[in-house]
Amino acid sequence: MPDGNGTNGSAGNGAGGSEPTNGAKKSPVTALAEGARAVKTQAVEEIKALKHPDKTDVWKSVLRVKHDETPRSRALGVLSNVFLHLHPAKINRDAVAYKYTWGMGGMTFYVYITLVFTGTLLMFYYHPSKVVAFRDILYLEHDVPFGKLLRNMHRWGAHLMVIMVELHMFRVFLTGSYKKPREFNWVVGVLLLVLTLLLSFTGYLLPDDQLGFWAVTVGTNMARATPLLGHDGPFGRQLGMTPFNDVRFGLLGGSIVDSNALLRAYIWHCVAIPIIASAFMVVHFWRVRKDGGISGPAPVQLESEIKEPRKL
Amino acid sequence: MATLDTPPGAKPPEVKAKPNVADALKNIFTSDDPDPQRIIARRRRFVMAGVLGFLGVNLLMFLRFFFPRALYEPKTKFLIGYPSDFGFGVDTKFQNQYRIWVVRNTEGVFVISAVCTHLGCTPDWKPSENKFKCPCHGSGYDPEGVNFEGPAPRPMDRAHVELSPEGQIEVDLSRLYRWPKGERSEFNDPGAIIRV
Repeated sequence: MPDGNGTNGSAGNGAGGSEPTNGAKKSPVTALAEGARAVKTQAVEEIKALKHPDKTDVWKSVLRVKHDETPRSRALGVLSNVFLHLHPAKINRDAVAYKYTWGMGGMTFYVYITLVFTGTLLMFYYHPSKVVAFRDILYLEHDVPFGKLLRNMHRWGAHLMVIMVELHMFRVFLTGSYKKPREFNWVVGVLLLVLTLLLSFTGYLLPDDQLGFWAVTVGTNMARATPLLGHDGPFGRQLGMTPFNDVRFGLLGGSIVDSNALLRAYIWHCVAIPIIASAFMVVHFWRVRKDGGISGPAPVQLESEIKEPRKL
Repeated sequence: MATLDTPPGAKPPEVKAKPNVADALKNIFTSDDPDPQRIIARRRRFVMAGVLGFLGVNLLMFLRFFFPRALYEPKTKFLIGYPSDFGFGVDTKFQNQYRIWVVRNTEGVFVISAVCTHLGCTPDWKPSENKFKCPCHGSGYDPEGVNFEGPAPRPMDRAHVELSPEGQIEVDLSRLYRWPKGERSEFNDPGAIIRV
């Protein structure tokens, strides 16, 4: 078989190489015509998308669409229900080919569950207030039974989650799993990466130590340079942005990293972003099922599985 | 609305009436239309517009909520003592309290805002090396706060200073004098330095 493929390939190449010399006389005209036709079809498609945005793939992926009222689509409405597909009814054996998938997506999810659990426990002792925040950290470290263990699980788990999300993305990129039909799920994955980084960033300030304080000072100072919405960014000053009404102020609840900033980081970290991220995770896993399962190598059939043809 | 909702083929009205709310509402809730589907569609559109408008206003309220009207932040205007209290060179005694350095050179006394112009950390004064060094990304400044190494884009800003009636230095950190790269230096403006 490999030999056959090789010869086929080279023959094809040879034919491909010889053809242009044969058709050299007419090729510029035909190429031009073909190019023009391609541009025209593309333009027609784009105009269609502009006139009926609800007919595009992006629209249909993000928003609800009306289906024909047939028994089949009603049944599918139940069968493709997200809660029935968080865990697959059946999977391909090759979906657990760890050499291919690295299992990074699933492991990231388990680390996330760990973080939610340890984080909730830490909330029993932590007050998001400038006066006691750091003292609570010391209290957790030294006086609360297993407090040090929980805090370190949370901290190291957070680092691990960022690393795993990035490795997961790297694997998906290397295996080309972002391609059709999984392009929508790639976009959801990128949003999840951003949410993971935001969780990491907001959690950084919460111990209220020197490391986190200056990291958040530096991080939010970058927001000064936001175009239009930051007072040091392009067109910011012309639009009336000052340190007291720009996007950085909205993030910090003040012009400096102070008690309001700590409280805002706490709420984003513990309530808002986990909820948003969880919703996106549900969509992410659901799309994995809908797009034909975890991408993997071409399915193989073992020799032992090949059934003898039934004799009549 | 009136022209949109007349059935196709009907004569358009000659004089366009001035739009008013009562007519618009009557038009939306009228039930004399041969096609009941259109009546329902009109009412449904009205409800949808109401819901979306409500949510839109709520979103604006939500965004405005994050920008309080009053703040409890440290004072930006304060007295730091008499010019004669400060000797030649850099004085760091107000760094922890007000985040400033008081500097005297041959021209006079001025106040540097202790904020690195790269990303806002507080640089350290290194007396042995006679320079400010930022611990975050390594920007270096000379004793007058002018950058000479690292990523800082411009010298550190200087605060507004003036003499109070009893002769003390009054610092106003909300009024800063800057020297952006390639632009005019504001360091010699009145108020940027007390010439003594």
